[in-house]
Amino acid sequence: MNIKVRYFASMRDRMGRAEETVTVDREGITVEELWRRVAGGQEMPPNLLIAVNMEYTDASRQLKSGDEVAFFPPVTGG
Amino acid sequence: MKVIVQEQPFDPYRETRRYEEQHLPPGKHGAVVTFVGTMRDFNDGHEVSRMFLEYYPGMTERHIEAVCLEAMEKWDVMDVLVLHRHGELRVGEPIVLVAVWSAHRAHAFDACRYVINYLKERAPFWKCESTPEGMRWVEHNTADPGVNSEGLKRRSA
Repeated sequence: MNIKVRYFASMRDRMGRAEETVTVDREGITVEELWRRVAGGQEMPPNLLIAVNMEYTDASRQLKSGDEVAFFPPVTGG
Repeated sequence: MKVIVQEQPFDPYRETRRYEEQHLPPGKHGAVVTFVGTMRDFNDGHEVSRMFLEYYPGMTERHIEAVCLEAMEKWDVMDVLVLHRHGELRVGEPIVLVAVWSAHRAHAFDACRYVINYLKERAPFWKCESTPEGMRWVEHNTADPGVNSEGLKRRSA
């Protein structure tokens, strides 16, 4: 299954890319497993925020094909 | 209710009046409370000359709309308008406008504070500042001193 992964702000700088499509061989992979894969085994930064399909979620969320996952730092709007 | 995230600079006072003329029946509201956030030339001890504001198209609007709907459920509010910039900003320019119309001022004040505070907490925007030392991502927003997102009433002792 394919998952679209997006990175914003300092997380994009850190990853060196704005987005990518990740192909995984099974449904139900968690966000944390996806992170380890895209980040080459690095631990998740403690202040990392996660959204799946534009809703906030946590690292234990299970993913399905077509999901859009976003990783980003704390928000600073307003 | 209307939420717009736009690159173009805007005049918050003109936009408030224009929205009111187009959407609010005359004589029904007794209070309009507006909050306008503007760009400072300092932050966290740095001089700031320019700023770039990144956002997540789709998610940002969705979360601001959700905050506005919550405010409209909690208080007796007739309408809410939110405008927020993205892209390049210059010192002194408005970043955000929150305008709330209500029959009475207490509801308009509380709802306006709720919207701006939860917008700052949840809406995906990221500020990147241009300082004499170069570009830097702002890591956290400045706290509204002594106030939580709901306002002064719920301040802990």
